[in-house]
Amino acid sequence: MTVLLDPTGESSPVGVPRAERPASLDGKVVGLLDITKARGDVFLDRVAERCAERGLEVRRFAKPTFTKPAPADLRYEISRQCDVVIEALAD
Amino acid sequence: MTSPPTLPDGLVVVVKRDCATCRLVAPVLQELAAVEPLTVYSQDDPSFPEGVAGVVDDSGLEVSYRLDLDTVPTLLRVVDGAETGRTVGWHRERWEALSGHAGLGAGLPDQRPGCGSLSVDPDRVDGLRVRFEGGLLHARRVEIASMEDEAEAMYDRGWTDGLPVVAPTEARVLRMLEGTGRAPDDVVAVVPPDLVPCTVEKVAINAVLAGCRPEYLPVVIAAVEAACTDEFNMHGLLATTWFSGPVVIVNGPIARRIGMNSGGNAMGQGNRANATIGRALQLVVRNVGGGRPGEVDRATLGQPGKYTFCFAEDEAGSPWEPMAVERGLPAGSNAVTLFAGEGPRGVVDQISRTPESLARSFAACLRTVAHPKLPLAFDATLVVVPEHARVFSEAGWSKARLRAELGELLQLDGDELVRGAGGIEEGLPAAFAGTTLPKFRDGGLLIVHAGGGAGLFSAIIGGWASGKVGSQPVTREIAR
Repeated sequence: MTVLLDPTGESSPVGVPRAERPASLDGKVVGLLDITKARGDVFLDRVAERCAERGLEVRRFAKPTFTKPAPADLRYEISRQCDVVIEALAD
Repeated sequence: MTSPPTLPDGLVVVVKRDCATCRLVAPVLQELAAVEPLTVYSQDDPSFPEGVAGVVDDSGLEVSYRLDLDTVPTLLRVVDGAETGRTVGWHRERWEALSGHAGLGAGLPDQRPGCGSLSVDPDRVDGLRVRFEGGLLHARRVEIASMEDEAEAMYDRGWTDGLPVVAPTEARVLRMLEGTGRAPDDVVAVVPPDLVPCTVEKVAINAVLAGCRPEYLPVVIAAVEAACTDEFNMHGLLATTWFSGPVVIVNGPIARRIGMNSGGNAMGQGNRANATIGRALQLVVRNVGGGRPGEVDRATLGQPGKYTFCFAEDEAGSPWEPMAVERGLPAGSNAVTLFAGEGPRGVVDQISRTPESLARSFAACLRTVAHPKLPLAFDATLVVVPEHARVFSEAGWSKARLRAELGELLQLDGDELVRGAGGIEEGLPAAFAGTTLPKFRDGGLLIVHAGGGAGLFSAIIGGWASGKVGSQPVTREIAR
């Protein structure tokens, strides 16, 4: 038998269940998160229009840079203000 | 790394029967035992030396190992449990000085060299290290069955980059840790993307996997530190769909000392230090940080430099100051500079013999980094080879002069950059028409000297999203 040393981080991430999917968007606040990649705004502008047509309240957010994870404060703010969030990823 | 043993006060001597010098001094030990407290540790036979009371059996070699002995006999003076002096082999004057007794060993020669201590016997030292220092290692132990193929078992656990790795046994990891003065439980960095605190021990384990020698470990540690800074942004570098990965460029005397290649084929295969240092960094990111292709690593194509991309600057042959000095460290510093780079591409210029012409060749090729119509978005590293560097040095161009001239040549006409210009839709918004923009941001062009003595082919390593929104090159001094 050979004994080896584990090269990994040995961390067991805590599983966080996804929020329940709402049956309907009626009366929900929709967050639109722009990660600031090129033309993400084009996509989100169109989504905002479609939401407005359905009478939904929309709130817009943006990451400082697409190359880094969203800051914790921004994630918290979105979770406080919105029921659902749509994120535009890229290009 | 090991803690010293508890020793009795007085004189302490470590011997083995198998050593002719130990047998020679046996009468001296009897003389000393008669006049003051003397404790003898015997490595191979507790009945040796005869005629001395209370010989302690050290055939387990724990005392010898913890005393860090190379030689027997070794004579020590112990006061209040602490060693105050030692001498090795037989040397009458030194034995007399340390013991405080004159006239020792009448009839013996004045001196005789000792023999190797069993605690440094190459066949035993790894086992001893595991026995006496293995407790310093905190990583989970993974047992591989004797019928199991080690290489396959490591593939199965996802520990490799696709190439085989060296099994990280306790003995190998402890040997690796001899390469640094840092404690195994020191935290080197918090490694993205999982943001896991990474100890010196974990770096050493991955350095073993990568095939490093212990003397490379300080370079690997510095590279991990540099990669895990907010400026370098390893998380984003992993997550991007672009080609780039961490490129490690080493400066300072350590490069030559550990046998790195800065000359012919510096960026290619065949040099163990270059190959394994870059690989060890990538394995730390993969194994400790959890950054794996198809998961957080979203590269569309990737590139072979993501297995390893590490080379040294040729400082001895360079007409210019080393890159680490240019970036603020004192001359003679050992340092790594990390750059978020794609694969290298060649720049051919076999005709230019004036710096003005050669700089124009460099500029024309540098303009194409990422896309000839995209300014300010990507950094680059220009690797100038000796035969090209000579064109500049013979004309008296400093590195600063070359950088300034390239800056001038790389002022781009906005009319050529806007979307649609040149029949190419890629480009800048129309508002940039009529402006002038630099290809590279301030600090976005690194210049380094490397390569073989023949060949008028320099190289460009294109970068990734540059500056604060992406990755900034990071230079870190290499600690011992």
